[in-house]
Order: sequence, then C-alpha cells, then structure tokens
Amino acid sequence: MKSAWEILVVDDEEIMRESLAAWLREDGYEVETACSGREALDKARAKEYAIYFVDLKMPGGMDGIETMMEIRRLHAEASIIIITAFATVDTAITAMKEGAQEYIVKPCNPAEISMLVNRIIKVKNLQRENAILRKKLSRQYSFHDIISKNPKMLEIFDLIKEIASLRSTVLIHGGSGTGKELIARAIHNSGNRADKPFIGVSCAALAETLLESELFGHEKGSFTGADQRKKGKFELADGGTIFLDEIGDISPKLQLDLLRVLQERSFYRVGGSEEVQVDVRVIAASHVDLRQAVQEGKFRDDLYYRLNVITIYIPPLSERREDIPLLARHFIERLSHELAKEVVDLSENALKLLLEYDWPGNVRELENAIERAIVTCRSKILTEEDFNFLQRSIEDKKGWTVPTHLSLDELERQVITATLQRTQGNIKEAAAVLDIDRSTLYERIKRYGIQRERLVEK
Amino acid sequence: MSVNRIYLASMGHLDADILEDLEEALTMHFGFETRRHPPIAEPEHAYDPQRRQFSAVAFLQQAVEHCPPEAVKMLTITERDLFIPMLSFVYGQAQLGGKVAVVSLAQLRQEFYGFPSDGDLLRERALKEMSHEMGHTFGLIHCPERLCIMSLSTNIRHIDLKGSEFCGGCRAVLRENTAVTRAGGSEVLAWEERL
Ligand SMILES: [Zn+2]
Ligand SMILES: [Zn+2]
Repeated sequence: MKSAWEILVVDDEEIMRESLAAWLREDGYEVETACSGREALDKARAKEYAIYFVDLKMPGGMDGIETMMEIRRLHAEASIIIITAFATVDTAITAMKEGAQEYIVKPCNPAEISMLVNRIIKVKNLQRENAILRKKLSRQYSFHDIISKNPKMLEIFDLIKEIASLRSTVLIHGGSGTGKELIARAIHNSGNRADKPFIGVSCAALAETLLESELFGHEKGSFTGADQRKKGKFELADGGTIFLDEIGDISPKLQLDLLRVLQERSFYRVGGSEEVQVDVRVIAASHVDLRQAVQEGKFRDDLYYRLNVITIYIPPLSERREDIPLLARHFIERLSHELAKEVVDLSENALKLLLEYDWPGNVRELENAIERAIVTCRSKILTEEDFNFLQRSIEDKKGWTVPTHLSLDELERQVITATLQRTQGNIKEAAAVLDIDRSTLYERIKRYGIQRERLVEK
Repeated sequence: MSVNRIYLASMGHLDADILEDLEEALTMHFGFETRRHPPIAEPEHAYDPQRRQFSAVAFLQQAVEHCPPEAVKMLTITERDLFIPMLSFVYGQAQLGGKVAVVSLAQLRQEFYGFPSDGDLLRERALKEMSHEMGHTFGLIHCPERLCIMSLSTNIRHIDLKGSEFCGGCRAVLRENTAVTRAGGSEVLAWEERL
C-alpha cells in the first residue's frame, strides 16, 4: 500500500531535502523533491502527492506558507507538513492557522515523524478504500449505461428486462436530456435483437420530405438530387430496432406512413412502387405529451394507440435527486478519462450545489456541467467554484417565484413585455433572449397589444 | 569483472572489537565473500558543533569515495553519533539499492543510556543494525513485521525486541536481489553518489 503513495519534500537546502527523502524512501514511499516553492507548485500541478513536507524558510520569492497556500489552492485536501527550526515556532502556529495539517520542529525524533507519516497515510488509505467502494456501488446501480437507484427508475429497469424480447412498440416519454435514447438502447441490447442493428432517427432534425426519404429510402430519380436508389432507416434496421426520437414533431403525412408500417410491416420507398417488407421493432420517444397532442388534433389517435402499447415515463432529474451524486461521479470518471485530465471526485460543497440545482436539461445538463467544470478546474477535486456558472442561475431564480394564478397567455404577455423593457424595445435582442423568431415576436406583440413605443420611451 | 565481494571497514577509531563477528555474519546472511578493508579516516567537516553530532551524509559520502570498484557492497562502522538535518539521530544510513552503508555504534551502547557497558549486547545490536542497513543496500524497504530485522526501529528497545533475521517476505526479496547483484545486474544510483 505504501509505494502507491508519493511524497514531495520541498526545501532549498539540498542535504536537508535529500536526506529526508532518502529516509522516507527507506520507509517504502516514492519521494520526489523540489528546491523551491515554484518547483513544488509545478510538480503539484502535474500530480497529487499524499504528503507535502514544506520548509518554512525558503529564500527567493515564495516562502513555505505561500507555497502551502498555493498547493492547497490546487489540492484542497492536501496533507501539508510544515518544517521549521526552533526559532520560528510562532510562524509555524500561523501556518497551522493557514491550514497546515502539522508542523514539525527540526531536528525531530524519528519516532515522531514516522508516526505522523503513518497516521496520514492510514487516513489516505481509508479514503481510497471508500472511493473504491463507492465505485463498486455505482456499478451496482448501473443498467446498460443508465445509472440510478431511484425506485421509479429501478421499476423501469425491471420493465425493460421483461419487454426486451417482445416485438411490441414502446413509447418513451420524458423531458429533454432524460436519456430516452439510452432507455431505447437498453431495451434493444437486453433483448433477442441485440446482435441486429439499432438505428436512431431524430424526427425533429429534418424537414418533412427529407425525413420521409430518410425513413423509407428512395428510388433513383424520385426527386432532384436522388441520383441513386437509397435504403431508408427502416430497411437498415431490418431484424433490429428503430428508434424514432421526437415523434411528436412529424407531419400528418408521415404519421399516416408510419401507421401503415406499424400495421402492415411494409412500406414503399419514395418514388417506388415495390412494397418493402421489414421486421423492425419500433421504439418512439417524445418530450411533448402525445395524449394532449391527440386531444388538440395535432397527432393521429390511431397512430398514438399503435405506439402506446408499452409506455415508459422517465422522471426528470429533479424527481430523482438521489441519483445526482452517482451520476456526477460516473461522469467525472468517464469524462476525466476522455478529456485526459486527472479529476477524481467533487467536494462536499460542490455536491451540495448540484443537489440544490433544478436541472431543467436533466441528465444531459448535468453531464455538460461536469464536463465544463473538468475543463476549467485546476485541481483533482471539483469544487463549488468550478460550478460557478450554475450558481449564477440559482441566484437568478431566487429573486423570482413561479406565479400560480396566471394563465399561460398572461404569463407570456408579461415575459415578453419585461424582456422588451430590458432591451429597450429592441426586437432583435428580445427575440434572441426569448429564443424565438423575430416574426413570432412581432406576432405576439400584436396579439397581446403590447405597445412598443411606450417601452422605448421608458 | 565483478569479484562479488563485500567490504567491511571501520571509519575512524573503533573502541569495540567487533569487526570479526560482523564479517562472519555478513558472509552468513548475504552469501558473498566478505573482506576487511583497511580503516578509513573520518570525513572532515562532518562534525556539527551545535548538535555535537556527525553528519551521516558526510560519512556515507566518505564511504562512497573509498569504496573499491570491485566491491558489490561496502559496510562501514563508526563510533560517532550520526544525524541527518531533519532527525535528531540515525542508527545508520544506507543507499537504498546502492553500494554503501554506515552503522553508528554510539546509540547502540548501553553507556549512552547511562548503563554500564555491555559488550555482548552491543555486538548483538550492531549485528542487527548491520543486517538492516545492508538490507537497504539490497533494495529492501522497511517491513511492517515488527520482529523482522527490516522493521524500522526508532528506539533502542525495539532494536532489542526485534529478531536478527529477515522475515519470509523480506528474505524472498533479498534472495532475488542478491541473485541480481551476483549476476552483475545494474544497480540504482542513490543520491549520495551524485553529491
Ligand atoms: Zn531502515
Ligand atoms: Zn520483513
């Protein structure tokens, strides 16, 4: 266990530095040395040491206390032992106040230093064991890359196992970023189609005609640019699973085509007259409530019932907060590897912040937040400060509570008016803030009778 | 070119007549031919008047300078009380995985603790310290087994308590490393050689 830990000895005096290093090496530790605060920081930036021995008095630039504080900035939980001569015990007490774990007065008894090092290493070993245990636990909560210990999610895992090998259509319901595709893949991978293709299509991303040819393929010359016959996603997915994301966005014509595929298990390529037979399991997903879309006449009810044989509702992250620590650590493990940056965990305060935040973008937003924090962080542990960007949005929200007595129209009117006030009537800016087209904004201004001129005068 | 010989030398004047016993024990423990080296003078400027002790680093360096090229190891013995800057004293010092080691008899003597001199006890302690420091030159680190000769002793009671043998684990490593040394394998250059 010992040799897994590295110790850094920082002292300007070579004999002092090297003899202590040699003594510690005899004790089985990997020891590196630095002859100045600056060199120590360079080394500490490259990796984390289990213990830092730092001499209090070093000439030229950084003294021991400064060096210690800089190391602590890099590694919040670093164990730093300040070495001092008799004359400077007062300063050593200051050092303790600044966060040195221990100080030792040289020359010191071999027993004392041996005990001190052993005690720190014991704690480090324990912390490492806990981290390993935590990793094991999180693996225990993982199902085909989906990580959760939330009861509703565990029910979903059970359901997935049950239905994986059926051919029934599945409708997955959940907000954006909740991991609908992961669920779809889990169904595919746990069933008897696992060795056949899994083809995903985002229906929101493509215009109607393109989506049609994307799904069903086309014959040569069926439209401008179609200079070759092309297989569609349904044909590519033959024997396997097709995942239709954002199905609520497809046009009435495509809804009808899709209904036909579900009923007949066959379709025509665009511009073709030959019927193509396929064996494809359809998994559809939507972030909008399809039942409501049916009621509003925007979605065919017969298609809805065809899709809605088995429904899975994924709760938003804010309803499964117990998963936040698991997920955060899972993303740290994966992303630190991908980004080639050594980050091992997050601080208590950082975790607290993540637990408080609302995560409108769900698991994907959490993943993005972890990635952003890893990119900008300067130590092996993500701290509260690394998530400053979230803090701002928490604070923004604190001054505002969601009104519960307004109609949606009234709410929209107020939001648009307030935004226009802030942009002093500037339509382009307001449209950007509201994330809508300028034409839409004009239309709303007209609909709600908002008087722009009055806003500008203010 | 390798003669595979361990050298044993006194550094400065020795009061104790123990070199012969040490020589015998060295041969027995490490299986190399052991030869007595002519006495080596104490290094100059090793004395620290404030601490009234001698620099272990200076002694080790002196040993390096006098180590015959054909030696696989060289062990030196001194009466002087040794220290390194960080520590109040050391019983000995060695180059980890290197060639030389030094053992101080000063704090192994009963007189140091205010008791009457005891030649047998001194010999026993010196043999243990010698094996321990030589173990370091063969690459062994401190052993958690409290009775093993390679366990770290920070007081004289523990030296008396621990055995004079290597534990099973240490012996296995030692066997492997002495084999490498015998085959003329490369050795780690410890820092003292760079001084
Ligand atoms: Zn030792
Ligand atoms: Zn041992």
